[in-house]
Amino acid sequence: MSAVELVVAQLEIRSRRGGTCVSENGFCPGWIVDNLWRYVDPLVQHVILTVVSVAAGFAIAFGLALLAHRRQWLTPPISAFTSVLYTIPSVAAFLLLLPVTGRTTLTAIIALVAYTQVFLFRNAINGLGNVPEDTKDAARGMGLTDREVLWRVELPLAVPEVLAGLRVATVTTVNLATLAFFAGAGGLGAQIYQDITFRSNVVVAGGLAVLLAAACDLLILGGQRLATPWRRAAVA
Amino acid sequence: MTVSSSSTASHGSPRAQAATLEFRSATKRYGEQSEPAVDGLSLTVPAGDTCVLVGPSGCGKTTAMRMVNRMIEITEGDILLDERSVRERQPAELRREIGYAIQQIGLFPHLTVAANIAVVPRLLGWDRSRIDARVRELLELVSLEPVTADRYPAQLSGGQRQRVGVARALAADPPLMLMDEPFGAIDPINRERLQNEFLRLQSELRKTVVFVTHDIDEAIKMGDRIAVLRRGGKLAQYASPAELLTYPADEFVEDFVGADRALKRLALQRVRDIDLWRAPTVRSGEPVADVRRKIADADIDMPLLVDDQGRPQGWLSGRGLAGERVRPELRSRAEPLVELDDVLRDALADLIESQVHYSAVVDAEGRLAGVLSVEIVSQALQLPAERAHTGTELAEEERESLTRSEAEPA
Repeated sequence: MSAVELVVAQLEIRSRRGGTCVSENGFCPGWIVDNLWRYVDPLVQHVILTVVSVAAGFAIAFGLALLAHRRQWLTPPISAFTSVLYTIPSVAAFLLLLPVTGRTTLTAIIALVAYTQVFLFRNAINGLGNVPEDTKDAARGMGLTDREVLWRVELPLAVPEVLAGLRVATVTTVNLATLAFFAGAGGLGAQIYQDITFRSNVVVAGGLAVLLAAACDLLILGGQRLATPWRRAAVA
Repeated sequence: MTVSSSSTASHGSPRAQAATLEFRSATKRYGEQSEPAVDGLSLTVPAGDTCVLVGPSGCGKTTAMRMVNRMIEITEGDILLDERSVRERQPAELRREIGYAIQQIGLFPHLTVAANIAVVPRLLGWDRSRIDARVRELLELVSLEPVTADRYPAQLSGGQRQRVGVARALAADPPLMLMDEPFGAIDPINRERLQNEFLRLQSELRKTVVFVTHDIDEAIKMGDRIAVLRRGGKLAQYASPAELLTYPADEFVEDFVGADRALKRLALQRVRDIDLWRAPTVRSGEPVADVRRKIADADIDMPLLVDDQGRPQGWLSGRGLAGERVRPELRSRAEPLVELDDVLRDALADLIESQVHYSAVVDAEGRLAGVLSVEIVSQALQLPAERAHTGTELAEEERESLTRSEAEPA
C-alpha cells in the first residue's frame, strides 16, 4: 500500500465514531448494526457490475458459440482467445484499460466480460457438441430444419452445460468485481479497501461479497433444476 | 390404397394413403472417382407393401433408404414418391411426410413421450386437441399405457422406447415409413414381440414401408418383398420371400439366405396351404368291420376316434378293434394337435418333439381337418425343387417376372 493510501486510511479511522472497539479496528457488532447503510450503495453497485457483465458476456459468448457451432473450424481459435483473456491478471486488465476508457464503470465491465468468456463459450460449445448424433439424425429425418434442430433440440439439450458455465462465470465475476475499484467502478471492493484495517468493515463488505456469490450460484442452480426436469427424471 | 379400415384414418392427415415408391437407377457416389455406395438401384415398392432392404454390412442398404428422404443426396438416377421425384421437394417438407424410425431411436431426452410423438404434428401446425387425441391413439396403437405420455425417455425400457419411436414415426400418418433396423438393439424376446406387433399394426395400417435389416430371418418375416443387396450397392435380387427362398438368383443370394433356406420356407407356409392326409375316423361303438373298411380307404392305418362334433379324441390301438364294436377306452391321446393356421415350421417342430410321424390337424373350432405327417412336410419342401426340375422353363419365366437384377453385367 502506498504512503498516500496509508494516510487516507488513517483519515478514515479518525472519521469513524464509536467506542474503543472501533478505534482498535476490532469486530464491533454495535458499529456494524449502526453503519449497515454504508454498504447498501456498494452492494447495489456490485450487483449491477455482476449482472451487466455476466449478461453482456453471456450474449457475446452465446453468439460466438452459435457461430462456432455452425463453422466448426472457428472453435479452436475462439477457445484459445478466451483462454488468453483469462490469463491476463485481473488488476492489470483494469489498469490497462484505463488509458482507453478511463476510470469508468464501462472499463470494469469490459474487463469482467472478458473473464466470463472462457467459461461461457466453452460450456456452450461443449453443450451443443454433446448432443447425441442419433437425436440430431432423428430430428432431421423427421423434417426439422437446421434452425429448428438448433432451437428445439440442440439448445434445450445444451441447457445444463450452458447454465453450469453461467454459474462459474457469475461466481467468478462477483469475486473479480471486488477489484473493479481499480477502474473506479466502486462495488464492495472499494468499500473493503477504503478501510482495510478495520476488521468490522472488511468482515461486512467481504461477507456481503461471499453471500452475493452464494446467492447467485443458488439462484442459477435453482433455475437449472426448473429448466431441466428431464434430467431428474433420468434418475427416478 | 386408402386406409379406410384403419381407426387412425379419421384422425390422420387428409392424405392418409400409402404411397408408391420407385427407385430409378438411383446411385450414390461419395466423391467423383470412388466406388458407388449404391449402384443403379431400380425397384418399385407397391403402395401398402413392406419392402425389406437386406444385405451384408457395406452393401449400401441404409444409404439406399436414406436417399428416399434425402438424408443422403442422390448422385445419379432418381427416386419417385407417388411418381413425383424427391429431388424436386424441399428436404424438410418431404421428410415430414415420411415416417422415420432408426435403430438408435433418437428420442428427444428433454421432451416427454407425448411431446416426442407430437413433434411432427406440431411442425405441421396441428391444433392442440387434435395432437392430444392423436398421441393417445398412438400410445394405444403401440400398446403403451396412457400414463407413459408424461414420462421422459430415460424412464422407459428399451422396448418401450422403441415403441415410442414407432409411434413418433407414425404420428402424422405418413404414406411412407422408413425404418432402419428398428428392432436391432433389442433383446431377442422383445424383438420378436415388437416384430409381431409391427406386423399386426401394418396389417391394419397398410403403409408403404422400407425396412432395413442385416438379418435375413427378419427380412423374411417382415417383408412382402425383399431386396437383397450385395457389397458395392448392387441389387442382387428383388422378390417375395417365398420366391427368394425357392429360386435364389445366384450363389450370393443362395449363401445369404442360408443353407437352411428350405427350412426357412416352412415358416412361410401354413398347414392349411398343403394337402393333408385323410384319417379313418371312428365313433365310439361303431362296428369294427366298418372301421376296417375305412382304414383301407384312408392314408394311414391308425383309426382316429372323434366325438359327435368331429373333435379328435384319440388314436385307437389294435386291441381297441379286437372286439365287434369300437371300445373307446382303448385309445392313446390325440397329441400333438396341430391347427390349420399353424406355421408349417412350428407344426413340424411339434411332430419332432412328440416323436411321432403324424398328428391330427384341427380347424379353429377344434374339428378334425386332416392329418399332417413328416412325409407331407418333406413333400411340401420338395415341391418347388421338383417344379424347377420338371418345368425349368416355367420356373425361368417366373424368375424373370419376379426378380429384377441390375441391368449391367456383374
